[in-house]
Amino acid sequence: MEDVKLMKGNEAMAEAAIRAGADAYFGYPITPQSEVIEYLMMEKPENRTGMQVLQAESEVAAINMVYGAAACGKRVMTSSSSPGISLKLEGISYMAGSELPCLIANVMRGGPGLGTIQPGQADYFQAVKGGGHGDYRLIVLAPSTVQEMADFVDLGFELAFKYRNPVMILSDGAIGQMMEKVFLPDQKERLTDKEVINKYGSWATTGKPESRERNIITSLNLKSEVQENHNFHLQKKYKSIEENEIRYEAIQCDDAEYIMVAFGTSARICQKVIQLGRDKGLKLGLLRPITLWPFPKQIINKLADTSKGFLSVEMNAGQMIEDVQLAVNGKAPVSHYGRMGGMIPSPSDVLVAVEKELKKIG
Amino acid sequence: MTEAVITPEEIIKRGKIVFKKTKNMLDKTLSYCPGCGHGVAHRLVMEVIEEMGITEDTIGVAPVGCSVLAYEFMNIDMQQAAHGRAPAVATGIKRVLPEKYVFTYQGDGDLAAIGTAETIHACNRGENIVIIFINNGIYGMTGGQMAPTTLQGMKSSTSPYGRVVETMGYPLKITEMVAMLPGVAYATRQAVHEAKYVRKAKRAIRKAFENQKDKKGTSIVEIVSNCNSGWKMTPVDSNKWLEENMLAYFPLGDIKK
Repeated sequence: MEDVKLMKGNEAMAEAAIRAGADAYFGYPITPQSEVIEYLMMEKPENRTGMQVLQAESEVAAINMVYGAAACGKRVMTSSSSPGISLKLEGISYMAGSELPCLIANVMRGGPGLGTIQPGQADYFQAVKGGGHGDYRLIVLAPSTVQEMADFVDLGFELAFKYRNPVMILSDGAIGQMMEKVFLPDQKERLTDKEVINKYGSWATTGKPESRERNIITSLNLKSEVQENHNFHLQKKYKSIEENEIRYEAIQCDDAEYIMVAFGTSARICQKVIQLGRDKGLKLGLLRPITLWPFPKQIINKLADTSKGFLSVEMNAGQMIEDVQLAVNGKAPVSHYGRMGGMIPSPSDVLVAVEKELKKIG
Repeated sequence: MTEAVITPEEIIKRGKIVFKKTKNMLDKTLSYCPGCGHGVAHRLVMEVIEEMGITEDTIGVAPVGCSVLAYEFMNIDMQQAAHGRAPAVATGIKRVLPEKYVFTYQGDGDLAAIGTAETIHACNRGENIVIIFINNGIYGMTGGQMAPTTLQGMKSSTSPYGRVVETMGYPLKITEMVAMLPGVAYATRQAVHEAKYVRKAKRAIRKAFENQKDKKGTSIVEIVSNCNSGWKMTPVDSNKWLEENMLAYFPLGDIKK
């Protein structure tokens, strides 16, 4: 029988973590994502699967707990919202440098600073361009439904272990807080240390047996030549991720004369805009990146051959537009429409912006 | 008749072994300055782990500071933590591998300045780990800057006229601070600059790991050490200065047992 529930996005993500066979969650409360740790504490996953849950003293401590547990080859997750993610960036950079798999969810709110507790998408740059120090990349998944909040947990863990790289679910306060029907996945068994070695190799620090050399998890290379070689290795890995892991959804793009590009909550709004536009005879389409990094460059470039132009719709001052422009590469005009500070654009607002742009193009 | 060259194996065969390097220390030249106490402290921790037969079950956490490369010398599985975060990293390890032995090895800047929150909260949760805390009253790795444990009036590159407590605060007795937390099973202050202290320090480290075995909670072993380079003294003078000044403010012995 299918396991269907009505859940908040944050709760769906928490339940999915238990079902994905996660070994541990470390977090610190912050609005609008505190339901993740609240749900886990209420659910007592230790009794269900043995999964450990701990409320840390800070986001800084939480991400470093993730570091320690991930370095033992475990499936470990943390979540936070924008100001808390800023605090985690030190640890995220260390994990990228040490090549540790983990899952980090950012349920974004408006910023900068303490900003607002209402939804925002202004952490796009932070998530896809690095955020922390040094040359590194996160695999960034952008859910636009409660179902995807659940689905991307297991997907995130699989990608994290496949590439030994941190994965981020970049969501926002609207999807975290809204309730929708969600089909929950089956329970996955937690892996034993031996299964982790068989599946992913013997790199984790679980105690050194006589039979192997010691395992060391570090991001430090005092010799520049060694560090540069490590950088080359990371870049090669990132290239492979770009070649293999791009995910997107093209909605009514086949006959579209004008295309919106949007992720998460903005993408949901744009789906309504397509309908409103088509009712008025405007052939609109939506390209929804599911992976924000790696970014679906090629498909956008291809669509630029047939589309009159693009509108990047974001709940920020214009961040993803830079990647859309790079992808379009001058083939068509690219504009931005966005709201900030926790304001959510209405479909009619976006339609007005679309019509304005179409008028300019002529 | 010329005397035959005697191999190390032969010496071992002929005589009674009075000292043996632990297998848990690799045959590598330590990166520490000659005269520094880190080498002895490393050896004691590794000896205890070998003697308890827990080498295969131990995971160490190295800090940022002079001992950032501790994992280069210790022949066990290790992780290198961000500055001050070792107790949080150790918490993560212990929570997913509760049957393994976990220790952090941290200096005073790491543990008592940037990592104060992680130190206090790991201790307050009574994380069943061992914290080895090397207190030499200075930031050695970065070139001798003032540490939270720098003594009043003591000169460093960021307190070139001596530490003025009115503006720079007092040397922090963090081991006494965490000793008052119920989660802490054992808090002690030791030294390694003379043989008599080395023996006591080793017993303290052993007790800390035995506590972890018995799931008693957090054990913290502070080792007051020298930094002859940072203090700008000869190794011998630094040990004398340690005895007369450091130990006057940081008295040796068990704070909580």
